[in-house]
Amino acid sequence: MTHPAHESCDHCGHHHELRVEDLQVRYREVEALRGVNMSASCGSCVALIGPNGAGKSTLLKAIAGLLPVSGGRILWRGTKVAKWSREIAYLPQRENVDWHFPITVRGVVRMGRYPQSGWWRPFSVDDENAIQRAIEWMDLADLGDRQISALSGGQQQRVFLARALAQEAHVLLLDEPFTGLDRTSKNALAKTLRKLTEEGRLVIASHHDLDTVRDIYDEVLLLNRKPLAFGPVAEVFTGEQIEKTFAAGVAGGKERA
Amino acid sequence: MIDWLLEPFQHPFNQRAVLAALLIGFTNGYASAFVVLRKSALKVGSLSHALLPGIAVAIAVVGLHDWSAFLGSLFAALLIGLGSLAVSRGSRLDQDSALAILYTAAFSGGIILLRRIGVTQEMEDWLFGNIMGLRDGDLWTNFWISITALGTLTALHRPLLMTLFDAEVAATLGVPVRALNYLLMAVLIVVLISSLQAVGCMLAIGLLVTPAATVYLLTDSTNALFWGGAVLGGIASALAVLIGWWINIEQGPAIVLVLGLLFLAAFLFSPQYGLIAKSRHSRAAQ
Repeated sequence: MTHPAHESCDHCGHHHELRVEDLQVRYREVEALRGVNMSASCGSCVALIGPNGAGKSTLLKAIAGLLPVSGGRILWRGTKVAKWSREIAYLPQRENVDWHFPITVRGVVRMGRYPQSGWWRPFSVDDENAIQRAIEWMDLADLGDRQISALSGGQQQRVFLARALAQEAHVLLLDEPFTGLDRTSKNALAKTLRKLTEEGRLVIASHHDLDTVRDIYDEVLLLNRKPLAFGPVAEVFTGEQIEKTFAAGVAGGKERA
Repeated sequence: MIDWLLEPFQHPFNQRAVLAALLIGFTNGYASAFVVLRKSALKVGSLSHALLPGIAVAIAVVGLHDWSAFLGSLFAALLIGLGSLAVSRGSRLDQDSALAILYTAAFSGGIILLRRIGVTQEMEDWLFGNIMGLRDGDLWTNFWISITALGTLTALHRPLLMTLFDAEVAATLGVPVRALNYLLMAVLIVVLISSLQAVGCMLAIGLLVTPAATVYLLTDSTNALFWGGAVLGGIASALAVLIGWWINIEQGPAIVLVLGLLFLAAFLFSPQYGLIAKSRHSRAAQ
């Protein structure tokens, strides 16, 4: 696989890789994930596919540093991912966000500059520029002062993407980004994810709709508590493999979307 | 008429009470925005009951001094708050149930102890407040509590808001979410204690929820929620103390009642989120 130069990575000479090695995650007694191995690089769009409770959200949260890892390790650019990294952005499922929280579009995007601005420091010109750029990038220029409760599903998703851009993240972790969107918004979001990937980011998203996988993603991880296959869509995303993933059933424990 | 209105201001202890109401109302009003955004009114309300046994023990052990009631109640609330966390982690019980068991048990103990040590008359003050009984020392204690609480909450405004909006996203941006949640709870307890003399532990939660809840129905701006809540809390409390004199009703309940009526007005008449505007809206949509 060749690695073209990417805009968002070009300040570093080498190529950026996210590596998951023999990852294991437990919730108290329940084993949520085991033996997960994968490796993906900037400029790729990766789908996590599997039934409900297969551990897709768990894997995303583990990479984001939100869950304690009970075995194996996660490496980003060769070093172990700490509790958090500015270069890794996490976008929660839309239904888990309190959309009635009194905050504007710009307010959410501003949060992305927290790693740079810290607890007190007022936003610098750099910060303001990055915020404005992210807002325009995601076609939210006219909505900057709008309350987030007054947005459509597609717009809400773009607000969180804009936050990740303001953060200058290289890795975007999205939990079910297409769920609950209408057809037009789905197409627009797919285009946006492709654009972000081509600009050199690594996009990893859990995904439900099996029909659209081939159009959006480069690589697929088929997951059901343990990984069943990982690789380029054309090789891995086959009828046989998909059947195996979904037929395995969810072994024990309660369901986790 | 004018004499009647101004009469209360002639006594220094009245002036002190109005000043205290402004200060306590302002601080509680500001902090109430966090309670509303965190949706934790019930939890904070439970902890306010936990203050009473702390006061009882403090009085029984060291007697009533400027700081003994404050420290006793702070200690009791922290103990019961953290205790409920420990019980819920160590058993299959949820934290709300654990909290309800602990605070009612402690509250009952506090009532019995207060009667035993013969301060039955003061008990009503601890339950419903007695802002007229405030001394200069109490005013200073309140002043320092308010400054500390407001200072802490303002300094941590940015990470606190991120935590309240989405704790997971905040954590991935490096916000120490868990520490901030504990700190916020501790500050809210301290603010609760500051309002004890004004409204007592039974009514304290009213003062620590209603101001920002009222403003929440009137605006979408977070800044307006905090500072609007503060101004509303301060002015409404001071006004309620005056109304208490004018028509001779208890000031503690008056404060919470005035705030409640203001909330009711906002609930009905808010131009954007009020009941009337809403029903007019839905009728227009049909």
